[in-house]
Amino acid sequence: MISIKNLHKSYKMGDSSLHVLKGIDLNVDEGELVAIMGSSGSGKSTLLNILGMLDLADQGKYTLDNVLIEGLTETTAANYRNQFLGFIFQSFNLINYKNALENVALPLYYQGLGRKIRQKKAMEYLDKVGLKDWATHLPSELSGGQKQRVAIARAMASQPKVLLADEPTGALDSKTSSEVMSLIQQINNEGKTILVVTHELDIAHMCKRIVTLKDGVIVEDQNVDQVIVGNHV
Amino acid sequence: MLRIKMLTRLLLGIMFSRDRWQEIFETIRKNRLRTFLSGFTVALGIFIFIVLFGFGNGLKNTFKQFFLDDATNTLWVYPGTTSKPYRGFKANRRIEFENSDLEDIKDNFKFFLEGITPRISRSARVRYRGESDNYSTRAVAPDHQYMEKTLIMKGRFINQDDLDKKTKNIVIGRLVAKDLFKKEDPIGKYLEIGSSAFKVVGIFQDQSGDREERLIYMPYTTQQLIEKNNDKISSIIVSFRPELGYTSALVFEKQLRLFLKNKKSIDPRDNNGIRIRNVADQIRQNQQFASVLQMIVAFVGIGTLIAGIIGISNIMVFVVKERTKELGVRKALGATPKSVIGMVLQESIFITALSGIIGMIGGIALLSNMGDRLEEFFILDPYIDNFTAVVATVLLILFGAIAGYIPAKRAARIKPIVALRDE
Repeated sequence: MISIKNLHKSYKMGDSSLHVLKGIDLNVDEGELVAIMGSSGSGKSTLLNILGMLDLADQGKYTLDNVLIEGLTETTAANYRNQFLGFIFQSFNLINYKNALENVALPLYYQGLGRKIRQKKAMEYLDKVGLKDWATHLPSELSGGQKQRVAIARAMASQPKVLLADEPTGALDSKTSSEVMSLIQQINNEGKTILVVTHELDIAHMCKRIVTLKDGVIVEDQNVDQVIVGNHV
Repeated sequence: MLRIKMLTRLLLGIMFSRDRWQEIFETIRKNRLRTFLSGFTVALGIFIFIVLFGFGNGLKNTFKQFFLDDATNTLWVYPGTTSKPYRGFKANRRIEFENSDLEDIKDNFKFFLEGITPRISRSARVRYRGESDNYSTRAVAPDHQYMEKTLIMKGRFINQDDLDKKTKNIVIGRLVAKDLFKKEDPIGKYLEIGSSAFKVVGIFQDQSGDREERLIYMPYTTQQLIEKNNDKISSIIVSFRPELGYTSALVFEKQLRLFLKNKKSIDPRDNNGIRIRNVADQIRQNQQFASVLQMIVAFVGIGTLIAGIIGISNIMVFVVKERTKELGVRKALGATPKSVIGMVLQESIFITALSGIIGMIGGIALLSNMGDRLEEFFILDPYIDNFTAVVATVLLILFGAIAGYIPAKRAARIKPIVALRDE
């Protein structure tokens, strides 16, 4: 599903430049649930941003679902993101003036679907994350765990090939973290490829494979025995 | 060329996308304060512009009424008091005009002269049957009618025959007729002025206002007869041929002054013996004043517009900044730069257009209800022509759109990760 070869990325910091990714090779197959581990500054978020086409690599080859991602214009990147990728952020990034249903429906709007279909699909996905009854609530009326579940529903709604989660439990307490991870496991079990960036070992162990980054290179890549989280939802 | 084509397609795409409109109405509905602030700025800007511009026009109206009512080709000659001794006369001598002065001016200034009239102003108790009141009278010659632009409503003005025969005929103002005669027809009726009876031969109106319409005109010869048959004149009004133009009018004024000073034995350097008010000169000054007024109005108007444009620009920058995160999320979810720009622009144009029109209509409504309510502040019938109002509104909307486009474009170019970075 995902294949990257010799990926390099550096950021200019004034006169000097910071080499963040120093040649990353990674293959992720369909249906995998991969944790990308590393301490802060290891380059894990940069890697995720490049995978998410939110940022461009300086060097290297990136193939997503057999499509070579290169020379992206803003517009094509936007279209790829819309078709291929779903994002889950640490800080949820829900649009605060839209209710849960409208937030979930937003990627469908950018897919050009009609209003009625959007509403229907969005409701399906809200139901899937167990928040059907909260459809008309604004993000400010939801708890952290609920917000993240809305965000997950939103990421799922466009039926992406890959879900990218950047510290999805970073802003949540351990109980809601488990709930969210349980949901992610459930979605993964239905066949979705998911990448989770985290620095928490217990979260990483809820995935099927852990890739550890240190100073811009992969230092460890191993399959693990997944810790199944009880279904709290 | 290509850019224009793209822009047109973008605009057309925007206008006919129902989904886009729904998205925008939703945004507007849920961000009421923001919408209100930007809308209010625009509405207020255009409202103030229109009201100020209208007031400027109102000032000009008052001005016109003040100064452009009387004939413009006239010289008003008043006797004064000398300030220098001359030809054996002491200073502080009162100068008086008499009938021979009229004849002499007629004889010596044939080339310049169009008309001439004396004016003797008095005030008297006027009675008709039970009604009586105090009125001002003016004893004049027939030429006075043209110089004051007196309009005869009924009957006739004082004529040469009245002068020659020293008749007791009078012409009364519209309001005199209304006050004394009520609904009766005054023509042919007799009024008692002082202790003599006068026959009303005409009724006039005057655009200069109520005061002028409370006057009574009579032949100056009659007035002199009543006042012990003297030949004194309080002032002389002279009109020159309008085709002579402004420079000749000044020459005429100068020569007339010299002539009268010589005749009345006033020192040529003494400016107090004879006073001449040249209406042409005054008009010229007034017109200069009017154009300065116009410039001030234009300056204030343009200033208001610019302030409005700066206001809406600031708000647009603020709005886009406030929405940076939201726009980042939208981009992450698949919004193309074009759709981000389009959304921000469409929203801003919609709000500016709507509130601009509201402000415009509000301003025009206020102006048209004003009428003469502000007349004591010299603002009469303020108005703005539709063209100026519409152009100003369109300008503000256009600049609002441009002001929205620049930050929107920048926002669309921001990488989503930058926008999404936690503060």
